[in-house]
Amino acid sequence: MTNPATRDIAPKSLPTIFECSVPGRKGHSLPPLPADADALVTEAIPKRFLRREPAALPEVGELDVVRHYTRLSSRTMCVDTNFYPLGSCTMKYNPKVNETVAGLEGFAGAHPEESEESLQGILKIYHDVSQALSRLTGLAGCSLQPAAGAHGEFTALLVAKAWFDDRGETGRCEVIIPDTAHGTNPASALRCGLRAVEIKSDARGRIDLGQLKSKLGPSTACVMITNPNTLGLFEDQMHEAAALIHEAGALVYLDGANFNAIVGRVRPADFGADLMHINVHKTFSIPHGGGGPGAGPICVRDFLAPYLPSPWVVFKDGRYMLERDCPKSIGKVRSFFGNVNNIVRTAAYLRQLGAGGLREVSGHAVLNANYLLSLLAGTYDVPYGIRCMHEFVINATRQKNLGVKAMDIAKKLLDYGFHPPTTYFPLIVPEALMIEPTETESKETLEAFAAAMLEIARLAETDAARVTAAPETTPVTRMDELAAARQPVLAWPKA
Amino acid sequence: MINPYIETTAEQEREMLAAVGVDSIDTLFSAQVPPGIAFEGEMDLPPPLSEPELLREFRTLSCRDLAARPAVSFLGGGIYDHFCPAAVAAVANRAEFVTAYTPYQPEASQGTLQAFFEYQTMVSRLYGMDVSNASLYDVASALGEALFLALSARPDRRRIVVPQTLHPDCVGLACTYLRHFDVELVIASAQNGVINLSHLRDLVTSETAAVVVQHPNYFGCLEEVEEIAAMTRAAGALLIASCDPVALGVLAPPGEFGADIAVGEGQALGLRPYLGGETLGLFTCRADFMRRMPGRLVGLTRDRAERRGFVLTLQTREQHIRRDKATSNICTNHAHNALRATIYLALMGPSGLRWAATMCVRNLQRLRAGLEAVRPGSIAFTAPCFKETVVRTAGPARAVVSALREKGILAGIPLDRLGAEHTHHLLVCTTEQRTDDEIDALVEALTPHL
Repeated sequence: MTNPATRDIAPKSLPTIFECSVPGRKGHSLPPLPADADALVTEAIPKRFLRREPAALPEVGELDVVRHYTRLSSRTMCVDTNFYPLGSCTMKYNPKVNETVAGLEGFAGAHPEESEESLQGILKIYHDVSQALSRLTGLAGCSLQPAAGAHGEFTALLVAKAWFDDRGETGRCEVIIPDTAHGTNPASALRCGLRAVEIKSDARGRIDLGQLKSKLGPSTACVMITNPNTLGLFEDQMHEAAALIHEAGALVYLDGANFNAIVGRVRPADFGADLMHINVHKTFSIPHGGGGPGAGPICVRDFLAPYLPSPWVVFKDGRYMLERDCPKSIGKVRSFFGNVNNIVRTAAYLRQLGAGGLREVSGHAVLNANYLLSLLAGTYDVPYGIRCMHEFVINATRQKNLGVKAMDIAKKLLDYGFHPPTTYFPLIVPEALMIEPTETESKETLEAFAAAMLEIARLAETDAARVTAAPETTPVTRMDELAAARQPVLAWPKA
Repeated sequence: MINPYIETTAEQEREMLAAVGVDSIDTLFSAQVPPGIAFEGEMDLPPPLSEPELLREFRTLSCRDLAARPAVSFLGGGIYDHFCPAAVAAVANRAEFVTAYTPYQPEASQGTLQAFFEYQTMVSRLYGMDVSNASLYDVASALGEALFLALSARPDRRRIVVPQTLHPDCVGLACTYLRHFDVELVIASAQNGVINLSHLRDLVTSETAAVVVQHPNYFGCLEEVEEIAAMTRAAGALLIASCDPVALGVLAPPGEFGADIAVGEGQALGLRPYLGGETLGLFTCRADFMRRMPGRLVGLTRDRAERRGFVLTLQTREQHIRRDKATSNICTNHAHNALRATIYLALMGPSGLRWAATMCVRNLQRLRAGLEAVRPGSIAFTAPCFKETVVRTAGPARAVVSALREKGILAGIPLDRLGAEHTHHLLVCTTEQRTDDEIDALVEALTPHL
């Protein structure tokens, strides 16, 4: 079986860069130190501060480095090489023009302490992106500072807490979170000194209004809702839920991880959201970079805006300025102003697509998911029906009875050249495979993936061992994760 | 179709809709989204642009007037202009690294996993610490995580001591992060640009969970780290050190002077200034705290055929497993920035990093000597410095910055935002990128303002 992802230009086992080290070899072309350098260092810095021996970094040549990391890259599956239907992560195509725009020297070379006069273009981008996000969400306030989605959750919860405290409602210390939520929700609540209270989903995979009502009270600060939720279902009683939450004096927090399913068609404010974060790497096509950097802008209702992190960009007297006098602000949540490079990419994407192009993003994300679901529904169990938003969850209970688990199916997909879906999430679905095709994949790709899934299901019936032995075509096979955790080796030992 | 990144043709769209059993995409929405929620019509955004139009617009926006007339920059304060070999971008920008996700499937992600393992190794060696995680957002958020780790490791203690010499954004972040916890955040005062040790001694008590020190500090000065470490240790508190990674090319690492947790801003390791928005949170600690660490960790293990390989490990610390019992809420981190730092460190190696650090010290020493020769006492703080120093200006430093900007020099950061006592203080930075001529030109341009 040939697999484009694992084309074997690299030997099966690659040494670490440290094993390639040869004393005296150099990977740089730097001028010699000036004659006065050592004397000046001795004069400037007392000996007690100096390093006794250099850090044990590898001593390798430029070609060694280039070849080593190029070989490592060939052992990495990515959107540009393979279909990557990782549910909830939105692995869509990342337009190359955005990389060109983000790499412009005028942006990349700008220092945060330069005068505002020379930063007008980039401040305008901040202003325009904030405005666009406010229009798309219906929420008037916006901060582009949070570095990632989880950081956005944390920042927004701090904003909510500051607002409650300001009103004297200091007893609001609970956050209600459905059991289908991302793990970051309860973890972010904890980081704000708030307590997470879990509610179970109903049989339809949606918020159970009875449960919600029973947990709401004077200690509730927020209810964190993901809509569409992680099962790919729209919360069809959202209005009712929001009304209950508001009646209790609490705020509706929207986890915007799935905003890509509704962007340009539904404004979260219109279903009751008071504050939310947006993962720009999901909705606005920022590349995932092997795990970041992302950016997690937050949008909030006007009455929450004074509490956003400082500083923020204002347009006054014909110029853009950083407003630092923000008396009610929660303050700093990171250094400087945010992951500016990803805000520039977001700006480019928004400008290229416009409102119409964004409507197509959500439209085709939902169409692709429903089409793929229709191709798989006969073969795999579909716990929540055949209609979904941008993603869906199937389960492998039928296959598990034959000895093939969701994880085995995931690993077997690698042999067909597909990145596996998210497995075992949401936690409430046994043997879950969570599939998100995104709008950028073609019908042909969806069909090829479905064909592989059906073939794996057939293999499970006829030759289960072939599936449980997978993957066979990757540089390594399944790893001993238990051993890794029991006796962790987190760094290469020094020679 | 307006969106150029959707490949479905009109014909295919019809086939797909038929397979799904609806007549239009809108029906797919109206079948699931309750009435009265969907937005009627098109949202009010600027009209779409084609690729050439887009490039034209953003090229215009990227034109700072400085770009037309390149300025010599002496700006630092946490974001630095360091040399970066061309090979870093050439390799790091490979699509496999840029468009992959967090390596949840190790068989398909050995490349990024191994790179992050190498990153952890290099960073822990540079800092002289036992373990490093696979990156956080920036130094400020790394410090925030360090504070939470210290509080969890010293659960009976509720005091955190941070110095006035810490980066103001880090001070601000500590206030924000700790506000809703029963924790007392106290500020150790500064004297002559370094921590006032007698004040610090008064503040560090048996109630203290952690002491924070930045070395070199925000004013560029070296702190008496060994004495601070001894004081902290004697009180049973943890020492959290924030250190510039390039400085560790010549300075003794935090692992040697007794830090329990060490953080740093990795932007200096091959990343661009980008308005402070291309950052990398370096996070290292002693082995005792490994299971309390925030963020991703990559570990070495074997596959079924006994081949060496790498996996994300100790995941039971993390939010997707432990939810509200997790050590942190970190999910996405700054993996690609970490990759670039890895390639930078591999290329620079011990000799290159030592070169960069030596040049920083040497250039700053040249600047200090030049200014002192013009006007003795113009260097505000006399403690040893690495690549930054505070210059005392005759008039307000902000006005000096404006005046020198006209000459094409970005002279430094006026420190008036720190308080009125700093109105005449200018924070000036010389990395290895500044030439002797540029430094001499700065001395000359500053002369009338000293």
